[in-house]
Amino acid sequence: MESLRVLYRGDLLLFLQHFHADRMLRVLLLTLSVVAIAHAGLCKPDAQNAFKVRLSIKTALGDNAYAWDANEEYLFKAVMAFAMRRYSSKSTTQISNVLLCNVTDRVSFWFVVTDSSKNVTTVPGSEVEAAIRMNRNRINSAFLLSDKTLQFVKIASTLSPPVEPSTPVWLIVFGVVLCLILAGIVFLVVAGIRQHKKKNKKSTERENLEEKCEVTITVENGIPCEALDLKAGHINGVFAADDERFTSL
Amino acid sequence: GFLIPYFIMLIAEGMPLLYLELAVGQRMRKGSIGAWKIISPYLCGVGVASVVVSFFLSMYYNVINAWAFWYLFHSFQDPLPWATCPLNSNRTGYEEECETTSSTQYFWYRQTLNISPSLEASGGVQWEQALCLTLAWLVVYLCILRGTESTGKVVYVTASLPYCVLIVYLIRGLTLHGAVNGLIYMFTPKLEQLSNPKAWISAATQIFFSLGLGFGSLIAFASYNEPSNNCERHAIIVSLINSATSIFASIVTFSIYGFKATFNYESCLNKVILLLMNTFDLEEGSLTADNLSEMKDYLMATHPQEYAHLSPQLKNCSLEAELDTAVQGTGLAFIVYSEAIKNMEVPQLYSVLYFIMLLMLGIGSMLGNTAAILTPLTDSRTIATRFSKEVISGAVCFINCVIGLIFTMEAGSYWFDIFNDYAATLSLLLIVLVETIAVCYIYGIRRFEKDLYTMTGRKPNWYWKLMWAFASPLLIISLFIFYLSDYILTGTLQYQAWDATQGQLVTKDYPGYALAMIGLLVASSTTCIPLGALVTFIRKRLKRES
Repeated sequence: MESLRVLYRGDLLLFLQHFHADRMLRVLLLTLSVVAIAHAGLCKPDAQNAFKVRLSIKTALGDNAYAWDANEEYLFKAVMAFAMRRYSSKSTTQISNVLLCNVTDRVSFWFVVTDSSKNVTTVPGSEVEAAIRMNRNRINSAFLLSDKTLQFVKIASTLSPPVEPSTPVWLIVFGVVLCLILAGIVFLVVAGIRQHKKKNKKSTERENLEEKCEVTITVENGIPCEALDLKAGHINGVFAADDERFTSL
Repeated sequence: GFLIPYFIMLIAEGMPLLYLELAVGQRMRKGSIGAWKIISPYLCGVGVASVVVSFFLSMYYNVINAWAFWYLFHSFQDPLPWATCPLNSNRTGYEEECETTSSTQYFWYRQTLNISPSLEASGGVQWEQALCLTLAWLVVYLCILRGTESTGKVVYVTASLPYCVLIVYLIRGLTLHGAVNGLIYMFTPKLEQLSNPKAWISAATQIFFSLGLGFGSLIAFASYNEPSNNCERHAIIVSLINSATSIFASIVTFSIYGFKATFNYESCLNKVILLLMNTFDLEEGSLTADNLSEMKDYLMATHPQEYAHLSPQLKNCSLEAELDTAVQGTGLAFIVYSEAIKNMEVPQLYSVLYFIMLLMLGIGSMLGNTAAILTPLTDSRTIATRFSKEVISGAVCFINCVIGLIFTMEAGSYWFDIFNDYAATLSLLLIVLVETIAVCYIYGIRRFEKDLYTMTGRKPNWYWKLMWAFASPLLIISLFIFYLSDYILTGTLQYQAWDATQGQLVTKDYPGYALAMIGLLVASSTTCIPLGALVTFIRKRLKRES
């Protein structure tokens, strides 16, 4: 009888244990499903604090493009979690906090970041945006993409400012050419004036010489001056007649 | 498509008239005003009209050199300033105006010209452009300072350098993607374009400009030739070389034009494809240029509301439309080439080469124009005895520079187009018509034939006589009729204005005072001819009475 009672008690214990495990499992399943449904509600297109991401892998990489699959999604979740941790510098964001949904062939999807400390809420969009902005470079390079090919719709990327020199380059070149041209003009004008002056001096010298010779002729009365050659057509008739006086030999 | 009117005009118009002007100059041994006086005293107005046209030309032509300088100075940067759009104020994207058009057009219309939306909104003088214009006039002054002797040496450089650069560009241009499209466009005849008188008028003006007919410079140069010079052979050779150079240059231009059009067409297609892919979340690579139209129909059928929402942004891309957008004359030279250059390797080198070539060509033309103005001034006793050569040239350059500041205002480009289209075209036609009629009918074609025989020892054959007496005058008269009928049919004249919001050119009507200016331009040169005849008539009458 005793042995039977022991056996019966063991069965009962076993049965009780079994019954407990079953209930635990059921509760666990229940909470999990509740959480999942709640989370699914959090990630929807145009949900609050949700962002759309668009990747153009083939445009960026061409033949080296990788296919978008569950592993890439996991990487994305990991990178987002990293970005959130780095931004808020508290290590509470887990990979499971990042939820993806509505993945299309384009490769575009929506994602939210949930807050594990508070129940079933999402991190405000402004925080997520700031985290992405801060770590944009790291996020891009994780996927071998750029700002243009990994687009966060609604988050505009700041473009790098163009390099502006202190003085515009064109003014420098303009100044150089201007100085050269002005130098050329001044040189030519001065040379022209000098030539003009030389010509003037020569003609006045010539005039002076001619005047002197005229005086000489009238004084000397007949001896021809070399300067007489300058004046064409001023042949003194006396000399022409003089030649004729002598008979030719 | 332009080639057919061009060749017809060359054979019917260019060669005979070139021969005529060279022969007149060689026979009369005087410049344009003197030569026409010999042919008939009542025709002294023809020479004056040529000088007036040259004056208008020199007023506006140097602005092109100013723009070439501007681009040349900006070519020394990396990257080229017209290669990328500038950022907008909060650095989230590019400037809106630059987004709607391309960066090269933005650089031309906004940063170079700073163009206003219409002719009425004049705006102020752009100091950068004014500086470049002053520099351009200083360069011209430097070259004409000493008169024809210095001009002759400069022309060696300005005439040979462009050929070298063109060869470099020919090789580069033909290897560009899409160049073939431009070449096909150039060589296919477009019959409906032939019925448009504008094409014929531009072909005729092109011939006149490139050969220099009607400006009086040919007569002046020919008067220095020996009387026994074979001007018939010279005329044919010069016109053929001239046309060959024009075709060579246009092959280069059209190959680059084809490249630009293809590039724009493909980027337009890519924009549409991207927009459709993003809106409908389609897989990358599913939409290509080939299946675009079928996919569009499919999407329209399956998602009608979203497609309708999107359709205003979807532009219809067409290569033909891109090739047909003949950007206005000077804009073509600056926009098309700078667009092509920015996509080449070492763009700074090509850019510098190209704009130096443009400058050489422009300054060469300017030298011819200013020589045409200065020769009568230096020949006239009253002015030449009082002022020296340098002072006269300086005064001419200074006056033209000050007037040219109009073209540096915000609306300056529109005024430039007015001068470009109307200052020389109609007047040149009239001058050349009067020249031909004078030689053939007033002087007498038999007398002219005899003169040529005594000069060169050969008579002009029936082809030349036919052209001079009948074909050329008839062609010019018919061009006149076309032009006037075109004006009457369209009512008022229109121009292309830049719309910053749309990022393209729109057509607008000229305001009243612009039309008055056009009338003044045309009238002032054409009325010289009858006025000259009238003045001579009155003088003779007074002489007879006294």
